[in-house]
Amino acid sequence: MNYFLTEEQQMIKDLAAKIADEKIKPVALKYDEEGIFPRDIVKVLADSDLFGVYIPEEYGGFGGGIFEMALVVEELSRACGGIALAYAGTGLGTYPIILFGTEEQKAKYLPDIAQGKKLAAFGLTEANAGSDAAGIQTTAKADGDEYILNGTKQWITNGGEAEVYTVIACTDRSKGARGFSAFIVEKGTPGFSFGKKENKMGIRASVTSELVFEDCRIPRENLLAREGMGFLVAMKTLDRTRPGVASQALGIAQGAFDEALKYSGERVQFDKPISSFQAIQHMLADMAIQIEAARCLVYQTCRHIDGGAKSISKESAISKVFASDTAMKVTVDAVQVMGGYGYMKEYPVEKMMRDAKITQIYEGTNQIQRNVIALELIKSQKVSK
Amino acid sequence: MNVIVCVKQVPGTNEVKMNKETNTIIREGAEAIINPFDTYAVEEGVRIKEQTGGKATVISMGIPSVAELLRQTIAVGIDEAVLLSDRAFAGSDSLATSYALSKGINKIGDFDLVICGKQAMDGDTAQVGPGLAEKLGIPHTTYVRKIEEIRKGYIRCQRMTEDGYEVIEMPLPAVITVVKEINEPRLPSLKGMMKAKKAEIRIMTADDIGADKDLCGLKGSPTQVVETFVPVHDVNSEMIEGTPGEQVKRLAEKLLSMKFMTVK
Amino acid sequence: MSGIRIIEESCIGCRLCVKACPFGAIRMDGRKAVILDNCTLCGICVPACKFNAIDYEKGPVSNAVDITKYSGVWIFAEQKNGVPEPISYELLGAGRKLADDRKTRLTAVVIGDKLSDACEKLIAYGADEVMAVEDGSLAVYNDESYSDIFVQMIRKGRPEILLMGATTYGRSLAPRIASRINTGLTADCTRLEIDPADGKLLQTRPAFGGNLMATIICPNHRPQMATVRHKVMKPLEPDYSRKGLVTRPEVSIPRETSVKVREVVKTIFEMVSLAEADVIVSGGRGLGAPENFKLINELAEVLGGAVGASRATVDAGWIEYNHQVGQTGQTVGPHVYFACGISGAVQHLAGMSSSDIIVAINKNPDAPIFKVATFGIVGDAMEILPLLIKEFKAALG
Ligand SMILES: Cc1cc2nc3c(=O)[nH]c(=O)nc-3n(C[C@H](O)[C@H](O)[C@H](O)COP(=O)(O)OP(=O)(O)OC[C@H]3O[C@@H](n4cnc5c(N)ncnc54)[C@H](O)[C@@H]3O)c2cc1C
Ligand SMILES: Cc1cc2nc3c(=O)[nH]c(=O)nc-3n(C[C@H](O)[C@H](O)[C@H](O)COP(=O)(O)OP(=O)(O)OC[C@H]3O[C@@H](n4cnc5c(N)ncnc54)[C@H](O)[C@@H]3O)c2cc1C
Ligand code: SF4
Ligand code: SF4
Repeated sequence: MNYFLTEEQQMIKDLAAKIADEKIKPVALKYDEEGIFPRDIVKVLADSDLFGVYIPEEYGGFGGGIFEMALVVEELSRACGGIALAYAGTGLGTYPIILFGTEEQKAKYLPDIAQGKKLAAFGLTEANAGSDAAGIQTTAKADGDEYILNGTKQWITNGGEAEVYTVIACTDRSKGARGFSAFIVEKGTPGFSFGKKENKMGIRASVTSELVFEDCRIPRENLLAREGMGFLVAMKTLDRTRPGVASQALGIAQGAFDEALKYSGERVQFDKPISSFQAIQHMLADMAIQIEAARCLVYQTCRHIDGGAKSISKESAISKVFASDTAMKVTVDAVQVMGGYGYMKEYPVEKMMRDAKITQIYEGTNQIQRNVIALELIKSQKVSK
Repeated sequence: MNVIVCVKQVPGTNEVKMNKETNTIIREGAEAIINPFDTYAVEEGVRIKEQTGGKATVISMGIPSVAELLRQTIAVGIDEAVLLSDRAFAGSDSLATSYALSKGINKIGDFDLVICGKQAMDGDTAQVGPGLAEKLGIPHTTYVRKIEEIRKGYIRCQRMTEDGYEVIEMPLPAVITVVKEINEPRLPSLKGMMKAKKAEIRIMTADDIGADKDLCGLKGSPTQVVETFVPVHDVNSEMIEGTPGEQVKRLAEKLLSMKFMTVK
Repeated sequence: MSGIRIIEESCIGCRLCVKACPFGAIRMDGRKAVILDNCTLCGICVPACKFNAIDYEKGPVSNAVDITKYSGVWIFAEQKNGVPEPISYELLGAGRKLADDRKTRLTAVVIGDKLSDACEKLIAYGADEVMAVEDGSLAVYNDESYSDIFVQMIRKGRPEILLMGATTYGRSLAPRIASRINTGLTADCTRLEIDPADGKLLQTRPAFGGNLMATIICPNHRPQMATVRHKVMKPLEPDYSRKGLVTRPEVSIPRETSVKVREVVKTIFEMVSLAEADVIVSGGRGLGAPENFKLINELAEVLGGAVGASRATVDAGWIEYNHQVGQTGQTVGPHVYFACGISGAVQHLAGMSSSDIIVAINKNPDAPIFKVATFGIVGDAMEILPLLIKEFKAALG
């Protein structure tokens, strides 16, 4: 299929694919099993300039958008959804700065991120605030030229490995979600430490940690946008980066499909390759159908967002739900096609099945996404009346 | 320090397979690639340039389409690519190849080190590196696995041997051929790829490099292929079944009955 | 003008040439073959056409010599510390036959220091004459001095055939010499014969990673030079009663070489090198962990063999590159090759499929290695290896 990528986009995709095949595939299983953070792959990605694809040219990037980022995430995820997250998580942590940062903030942080010298992370979720992000308890109190942060963020991707964190905290509890603000916090700031590292089902090469703030003082200039805009910063960011999760799902699905297809031609039962059985053929066909549909949707959504559209929540939610549900279904079927071998760690599909699951959960569960979609639908119904 | 790296286009590794029934080679896709050993040569050239300053140039002798392949080397840090392309070069054996490359390299001029791959995947002779050094009238070392020191006029390197390595010193300019162990080639960078896309590949003919056409191509090649065939390995595979203990017993019996070990 | 052309009247459109061309340079245009621009003039398609429909004109070659002025078969006898390497005897075995067919003399050239024992042995193994160049400075192989000396000897002695081992040194020295005297050199030969029709040397060698065999001649230049692969030529039974001539040719030995060998380091301490080994025990990813190579070492030791490895294990840093067998490693041809936990990627097969007996041990019954195996065991290498070690220890004492 011709996806009408520009020459640059094709180049980015090809380069990411090369890294996935040559560098990530050989280590994916080991890193998953031992829960190794892929520092070496981060270095390769940095040397290849891929960290900069979505960062404006003024700040040392290539001036692309979410589409360029999604293309990279897709290809990396084909080899390992967990390793890809070191990259995608940085995108999530960086977007608030791209969208809402001041000239000074951008100039200070973006060039290092574009060159892959620094990773980023995004801290919203807390123990008691998951889907209900408005329930966060972390506070930021203004004190002269500084803010003092207190509280704990939970399950933060790249936590401990990233140098730059965008964190949502409450500056005025009385105003509810309108009292939230977004901050940039650097690793190494006194009072900022990392709590426990999670032991996860999948994406085990990605690190997920607690961020702990104990009277952590940060300069006032680290406030993103204005006080009270924190919730908006978070939501606008997530609207933009959800196709990133979608492309992660897409890559995982593609990776599992490739394995299953290859295996079906090699495995012989009843004196025939299993690919000659219609039951297998139909499973493979269904996988291909869903992946193709997901890819078209994700790419189109990215173009919609990069094109500067105003309303993107519903679109980005749709792409995330569809692609992540596809990934789950395709990976389960890939294991099925491969039978007992698919269930074994010698083959990568059992891992892909474990990895796929997270895409239905984070950056807003698929239930919450459906809420968002439905709400938008109803809203548009009211407007047109 | 200026480095010149010799790069050959070869048919992609998996493309040359044999068809057991018809006893012929089958090609799939026939995609051309850079000779894998030459990617190590390119990486070493780029590293030397980065460490010492100067310029890294690749040179290849081949058909015009090789120019596109050479862009890949620019994407990983090569500064300039030169392609020797002329019908007069076609049919070169390793001697004629060495001659043409030596003329091309002298035309580029001002070099400290020439790096070749250990051998090409198709011709497989490993003869061009030493042959080229001779034509250039400079020393060479084959199978280099590490450069210990390099500076103006001097190189000390390790040559891989059957049971270890030797440490060899040479004055520069010189030729080395490199084995895979020497480095891990980097992947291209996006900036490199952009540069490669725009780069101009210099194409030079036999006349451009002042080569004597009688010494090039078929005319300049003493060797001649008179026959080719696909080797047939008749394998009567025998799978040995049973418990591991039984399998091992039976295998050992078979091997020992064949007296496979010449007692030393 | 030299070149290649399809003779349209003769071409019957059988496509044999299309299949034969490794460069994809022939296409069928209707019922006729056409040669495309990417043809390298390698000549492979010419004998493939059974209808003589490919006209391949070499034209007059340059630097041709009067071949009648050359006679005798020479071999380069490599030695270490005054002891000839096994390849030298193999070359004598091959050279003896060629010299007999050509009714000429077989000469061994040996360069080094303290060579009298070596000379005796070389005669016992079939040389009519040994030309020995001895000097303290030549004890260790040096590309520069060895090639200078050799070229002087060739210019004076004018052999018609010169064979060298396809060893590290041979593959460095031979092309250097061939380039200086402008003659042809065939690499890594596995078969050498005299064409009964015209007395030319037919040199057969593998190319394309062993997927294709090519027979090569050097009709108009002398000497006809070839490097010869390890372990394919059979040495003669040594006969210490054979008489032969030992001569000390007059050559100028370079007093000061620009190439200096500073140190010779051994990193492999097995009894035999991969290239020379009769038995090779190789390990792959299926071993599970680097430390499990000790089982490979142990079996190799019991069998007096060498240790090989797949690319994957070398890349993963489990074992040194010198052990790698395959397209980007070494090509080997032992009597027995044990592939333990090696799946058998084409690149690996290219390096070992000419072994006489291949034993494959792999968990996966569909592993491609079983396609080339003489004996296959489906099982866990880690379980089979200890048993094999025990079994052979018992059997071999
Ligand atoms: C590996 C991993 C990495 C993460 N990385 C980050 C990160 O980098 N930054 C960050 O801020 N957060 C991160 N998170 C947090 C993630 O975004 C949340 O887990 C997610 O938003 C869901 O919240 P929860 O887990 O608390 O589930 P809950 O909100 O407790 O939901 C539990 C279930 O109830 C359903 N549910 C909840 N509310 C509703 C509703 N109104 N209607 C219908 N169903 C509902 C949910 O769909 C779900 O099925 C990460 C999580 C994981 C597991
Ligand atoms: C089946 C077959 C058998 C052959 N057998 C012989 C033979 O026995 N003797 C012989 O002399 N010729 C032989 N040839 C011809 C030989 O392949 C060509 O001469 C070729 O141009 C160079 O030799 P090579 O491929 O073996 O390269 P090698 O000598 O193996 O190459 C070593 C290095 O030299 C450099 N290099 C080689 N070719 C080029 C190039 N064109 N441009 C830039 N750099 C290059 C690269 O760095 C490469 O890694 C054979 C060809 C075929 C198809
Ligand atoms: S092999 Fe000969 S006859 Fe057959 S198609 Fe080719 S040129 Fe024609
Ligand atoms: S000469 Fe070689 S490259 Fe040219 S068409 Fe024949 S086989 Fe192909």
